[in-house]
Amino acid sequence: MRKLSLENLNLAFASIAAKYPLYLPQDNSAGDAEYKKWEQGAKWSDKTNTVKSPKDFFFPQTEDLMAFQVSGKSIDIIDTRKESEDFVVFGVRACDVKSFEVLDNVFLTEPADSYYASRREHGIIVSVACTRPLETCFCKAFSIDPSEPAGDVSCYKTDDSLYLSANTEKGEALLAVISEYTEEADDAAVSKQKESINKIMDRLPLASLTPASFGGGKTKEFFDAPEWKSLSEACLGCGTCTFVCPTCQCYDIKDFKTGSGVIRYRCWDSCMYSEFTKMSAGQPRTSQLERFRQRFMHKLVYYPENNNGLFSCVGCGRCLSRCPIHMNIVKVMKALGGKKDE
Amino acid sequence: MQKVTAKTLSGKAASLLNAGEVKYVLGWKKGEFDYDITPALFESAEELEKDFVWNDFSCANLSKYLIKYTRSLSGKILVFLKPCDTFSFNQLLTEHRIDRQKVYAVGVPCSGMADEKKIRENADGITAISETEEGYLVHTLYSDAPAFISKEEALLEKCLSCKGWAHIALDEQIEGEVFAPSADRFDQVKALENMTPDERYHFWQNELSRCIRCNACRDVCPACTCEKCVFDNPNSGVENKAAANSFEEKMFHIIRAFHVAGRCTDCGECSRVCPQKIPLHLLNRKFINDIDSFYGEYQAGLDEGSRAPLVDYDTGDLEPSQVFDWRDGQNA
Repeated sequence: MRKLSLENLNLAFASIAAKYPLYLPQDNSAGDAEYKKWEQGAKWSDKTNTVKSPKDFFFPQTEDLMAFQVSGKSIDIIDTRKESEDFVVFGVRACDVKSFEVLDNVFLTEPADSYYASRREHGIIVSVACTRPLETCFCKAFSIDPSEPAGDVSCYKTDDSLYLSANTEKGEALLAVISEYTEEADDAAVSKQKESINKIMDRLPLASLTPASFGGGKTKEFFDAPEWKSLSEACLGCGTCTFVCPTCQCYDIKDFKTGSGVIRYRCWDSCMYSEFTKMSAGQPRTSQLERFRQRFMHKLVYYPENNNGLFSCVGCGRCLSRCPIHMNIVKVMKALGGKKDE
Repeated sequence: MQKVTAKTLSGKAASLLNAGEVKYVLGWKKGEFDYDITPALFESAEELEKDFVWNDFSCANLSKYLIKYTRSLSGKILVFLKPCDTFSFNQLLTEHRIDRQKVYAVGVPCSGMADEKKIRENADGITAISETEEGYLVHTLYSDAPAFISKEEALLEKCLSCKGWAHIALDEQIEGEVFAPSADRFDQVKALENMTPDERYHFWQNELSRCIRCNACRDVCPACTCEKCVFDNPNSGVENKAAANSFEEKMFHIIRAFHVAGRCTDCGECSRVCPQKIPLHLLNRKFINDIDSFYGEYQAGLDEGSRAPLVDYDTGDLEPSQVFDWRDGQNA
């Protein structure tokens, strides 16, 4: 365990930034936190979480995949990828770190997505324990412990210090960069913080939420549930939940005509949108009920079915915070799976 | 705190349901917390008793849902409308988007709504919000004593310039006092007009750079009722899924503001639902302010069936060249 005095935090950030692009949650003019590149004078946000998740670093909202240049009767295929460089994402919460595992299962399973793989390889993740979980947090339901965040380096921020421990070789290398500002320390302060986090976790309003009644093999049980109707009734069909979600991974690939050629790009898609997975044969889900159901069945049934029981929700609470009509996975889980309580 | 109680409203709805006057009730349903309220359809007095809620977080304007419900449901739908919501309702009637015969519109006097985002911004781990005459007591996991936030501090942006002066196109009006506003809704528009073009550009650049293109502003907007939005049409060439560059991103919002110009009632839902807190209503208010200046004061949704200045013509109308003179005069 290394200890960094918060007085030296900016010096440490400067050292990291001299070597790698460093991204850090910072407050924006709207009073929310967002990941921004560290520059001299940047302040690490105190907010528990960012509006958009850090999935952008590995699976950006839009990216060019390749270009086609037409000249005469020939077409050149151009690889538009830029050389990747190592980068650091600092201050990632335990839930968001777990979301990378959910995305890895999708993008790194053979045939692996080389665009995603390259960024994962180059990304160095520094996580931080949550000292102020929000009422919307429910990571514990998915067996995530916010006092034990994973990543290449795990951090604990106290009133005066930042405690850091490396979990991987990449993490060791990163800590070496700031070694002049850190010193060896015992884990007394960290143990104390973990204890207090766990006490808060037990008091959270959603502490007793459990996905136990969901999982692989439950398609028949839930697909035709009458509850979907009232749950989806007020859904606007916007993409907020899917775009702030750290684990939503659906995308579309489209061609952009440049005049003399084509740029093929990929962008996030949302199962809430009316054109989602539209094919030449038509639209497989014609009603908002079907589209709404797809999102939650995917997270709670289909994904675990294909990924050894892992749910594709990490309980970050972003959809609870941002949905315009306040419909979310917690309400869905309680309506469909909460019957045992009755 | 609302002067009219939830019981008054649910009681009214229940008696109309029981009497068979209406078959459905469109209202607000309570959530997990005190602030996460969802628009909902109720079909029985029991459902109303269990889940109906009317408080300072019943912000959602329910009028747009009537497009969907008057088509899909057979039977009369009771809808609760706050004064500001009635303008949207009336505008939708003017545009023939709602089957009026299927609606029983009940006007609710509103005492002003709270902006959940403003309250949550400074309070982590909210366990309860209790409403008082003066404001809100916010109980959290991290403090034994609740934090107080005044009604004024927490007031929803749209309520700062409340349209409670009129309550229109209703079948029935619940008696009660309406919140009295004081702010000039064009203050911020004027501030933007007084900026240099560069300053204004940077203002919008900063705001719109946060846009995640979720379309919530469009999807909630009672003026955005196209059967197929051009941004949802893969054949249009401007489909919404990704912006090619930051200019195109701004174009989405600017085109939308143009498209609803003259029909936007300034209900404020776009800014209320924006997950990134972009003050989108300012684009609409700029148009409203210009329309007022060019053609005389006009409020969309005030009269059913009236012809709005932008879709009407008379010989006294401003010529395009005069618009430029007017603008230059403003800047001078």
